[in-house]
Amino acid sequence: MNNSIRVSCTKNNLKSIRSFVTEYLETLALSDVLMNQIVLAVDEICANLIIHANNEDPSKYIYLTVTEPNNAVQFEIKDNGIAFKSSDYKEPDILEHVRVGKKGGVGIALVRRIMDKVEFTTKEGTNAVLLYKKIK
Amino acid sequence: MKITQDIKDSTIIMTLDGELDASSSVVLDEELSDPEIMKYKKILVDCRNLNYISSAGLGVFISHLQRFEDAQIKLIFFNMQDKVRNVFEILGLDLLMTIVSNYEEAITIADE
Repeated sequence: MNNSIRVSCTKNNLKSIRSFVTEYLETLALSDVLMNQIVLAVDEICANLIIHANNEDPSKYIYLTVTEPNNAVQFEIKDNGIAFKSSDYKEPDILEHVRVGKKGGVGIALVRRIMDKVEFTTKEGTNAVLLYKKIK
Repeated sequence: MKITQDIKDSTIIMTLDGELDASSSVVLDEELSDPEIMKYKKILVDCRNLNYISSAGLGVFISHLQRFEDAQIKLIFFNMQDKVRNVFEILGLDLLMTIVSNYEEAITIADE
């Protein structure tokens, strides 16, 4: 089965990314809730890369690869945009978001709560996000 | 994302059909930002056909919550699929927002 895709940086392509991940996960017989969580985590990272790291520039691409290490599923998402500084990351205060009417800033919190491992690395201008989730 | 509105007196029933992601949630934001919506006392959101929600969709609801509360407008979600409800729960939004099982419960809570 095909385990990687290359997607140009437009928000409309998020749907194709979700379809790709869903199709891949379908063979693993996961519960609806777990399947949705994993698709969501990948979607959140890709949305951030498309919108913030690559400014929705369709001439730029992100690369997604899925693998299955022991009893787990692992996603690697690469791009050449602006690197995410995980050291600057702060857990959002949802009550404060409600109070000030803030729209964004909860995506990475979802990813971190869903996945068992979330790693951001940058090497020679290429950023890689690694998402790892035990499934058994 | 297709959004339909059904108006009954001071209640607006908003039916969401499709997926709310970083691309499609803009449509929902426009609907909820419409000043006309402040005329109603109750906004009931039918989520039966809401098949997916990402942080962008959640963010739209988070950003309007205080505005509705200040105007004493009740925002109630009903018929939500388990996998979608789970996404609200991961962030604890189920404790800040009113999510009930079905239309009858939504109406009952709205009338309290």
